Amino acid sequence: MTTPLTRPPRKDPLKRTVSPTQPPVIRSRAALGLTARAAEGRFALQTCAECGAVQYPPRDACSGCLSTDLPWRDIAPTGQLLAETTVQTSVKQYFRERTPWRVGSVQLDAGPVVICHLHGDVAANARVRLRLLLDRAGQGVILALPQERTDHMADDPELRSMSSDPHLRRVLITDARHPFAPDLAAALQTAGATLIFAGEPENWLPNPNRAALEAAGAEILPLDVTDTKSVERMAGEIGGKTDILINTARFMRPGGVLARGGTGFARDEMEVNYLGLMRLAQAFGPAMCGRTADGLNSAVAWVNILSVHARTNTPGFGCFNASQAAAFSLSQSLRAEFRSSGLRVMNVYTGPLEEDWYQPLPPPKVTGPALARSVVSGLRDGLEDVWCGDVAKDFEERFRKNPKVLEIELGQEMGE
Amino acid sequence: MTDTLAQFAVEIANGTIRVVDLTHTLDPDFPVIILPPEFGQCARFRMEEISAYDHRGPGWKWHNIHLSEHTGTHFDAPSHWISGREVPNGDVDEISVENFVGPVVAIDCSAEAAKDDDFELTPEIILAWEAQHGRVPADAWVLMRTDWSKRSGAEYLNMQSDGPHSPGPTPEAIRLLVEDRDIRGFGTETVGTDAGQGAHYTPPYPAHYILHGAGKFGLQCLSGLDQLPPTGAVLIATPLKIKGGTGSPLRVLALVPGGET
Repeated sequence: MTTPLTRPPRKDPLKRTVSPTQPPVIRSRAALGLTARAAEGRFALQTCAECGAVQYPPRDACSGCLSTDLPWRDIAPTGQLLAETTVQTSVKQYFRERTPWRVGSVQLDAGPVVICHLHGDVAANARVRLRLLLDRAGQGVILALPQERTDHMADDPELRSMSSDPHLRRVLITDARHPFAPDLAAALQTAGATLIFAGEPENWLPNPNRAALEAAGAEILPLDVTDTKSVERMAGEIGGKTDILINTARFMRPGGVLARGGTGFARDEMEVNYLGLMRLAQAFGPAMCGRTADGLNSAVAWVNILSVHARTNTPGFGCFNASQAAAFSLSQSLRAEFRSSGLRVMNVYTGPLEEDWYQPLPPPKVTGPALARSVVSGLRDGLEDVWCGDVAKDFEERFRKNPKVLEIELGQEMGE
Repeated sequence: MTDTLAQFAVEIANGTIRVVDLTHTLDPDFPVIILPPEFGQCARFRMEEISAYDHRGPGWKWHNIHLSEHTGTHFDAPSHWISGREVPNGDVDEISVENFVGPVVAIDCSAEAAKDDDFELTPEIILAWEAQHGRVPADAWVLMRTDWSKRSGAEYLNMQSDGPHSPGPTPEAIRLLVEDRDIRGFGTETVGTDAGQGAHYTPPYPAHYILHGAGKFGLQCLSGLDQLPPTGAVLIATPLKIKGGTGSPLRVLALVPGGET
């Protein structure tokens, strides 16, 4: 059984913070396919289009028939543990710091034998459930878990090293005025976050979320992402104990280019949605990157909540979506800039939310609890990309089929 | 005349005339007027470093600033309001500069405003003030002292579910000042020249509507009007020369009799 984690003692200020190290980074281009699937929490392997053989490790030609047509397919994440060992030391600094480290070989029900990390609760010769996860180098690796849930299984050191679990971590929700901030705080509290900070811009205006946030244990602090000094001030105060940052800051108004008349709202959208993200990253990013190996409550994830229309625009919210596209693009840069530290960028894409600015749109819309569930489960699974709700999932499916067709279809839906 | 100016300089230097500041600091956290969210909004004051003796510019520090014409302590020109759109020379860059220096009277409503967030300045109050201090002189600034500038944070706008609540003049009071007294302009310590609930008068926002329609000026977000005597001070309020500007942030100063301090 996994030993449950308990809240770590306060940090010894005389000890140097452990510098982040990384598991091996280099992968072949084919093997990056594993990383891409891990980023969205799928268990997929190459499957030969000609002979049907499932491939492992990823390769450029089929191990059976030499065909080069090897599409990635979701396969059953189940198998049988064949052999295991526990590494006691390693020439790799990352593992050396984390031994003992359990690894094993698993015969997949789909065919191949894989070498994988092994959860502590997997019994010898047991049936296992496999997950494709991102390690702290941001690369896809396979972890074998017990078939059934075990107590405190998320606290297993190997699983926790790959997840961004909010349990025992300290979270900053950057905008306490986001309509779903209270739901996020409540879900994080339930997930075991030890401290929840909520940034409140413009405390000279009433904030209807205040009572609900405080009920969820959130501490409300002044933070305005449009004000560099405010962001720097807050990073100075809590940047050293922010383990997960969830950027909920958002400015939106409806309308495409011609409906707007002027660039005033578009400027506000860019100030909050794009430059706000940049200000937060410049102020909080370095401290978080320096704390990714800082014990149990290490810095672990940066979460952006984006409209799925960051990927393909639609004129109903055309100008807002353009700012989302800018933020999405910036998130890719950030992800690459953070990667060497092990700090993970998770983007949560949503369709319309159940709140005032999307009020005229028909359902289905994303509710606060649904968004909070997606954020928490995405963190627990250590994902990079999460699509929350039916609209976002449908959008992504259409985007992957044919982005141009999607663009044309969305352009015809003026209302969205 | 040369003697007058020389004497003026001497009296400022020796404290016979004191220069007082009626301006709030331009601060990102200072409230601005809030309109329904579908309308365009007043920009908050923002400041970004260009460089600070660093790799972006090793020997110097400077900032870019971003704000509205109507952010912080600011001046309203006639062209700010639809009633003043046809007023000649109604933009800040067109206003004759003599208007920027002139006599000022202060009507102290601070005791009443402390008791009533929606306190109204009425003609009766103005007439009572005149009975004590004499008729409001033509072409003078009239400032409504409420000590509202001592409030900060949420207390300042005092925003409730039915809108902001702060003191201001009734339409009749503004008509009296504009039409009968022919003042130069009207100023307040609140976020606008109108009361927080000014939208519910006829006409809505009477101070804006009537002042600017008559080519008069406004000053708002003034600070420290308790430093002014009821009469006898001179106001210096010089908006930036913004081409086509409808208003401007500015430093508002008053020259007041010194003496005992």
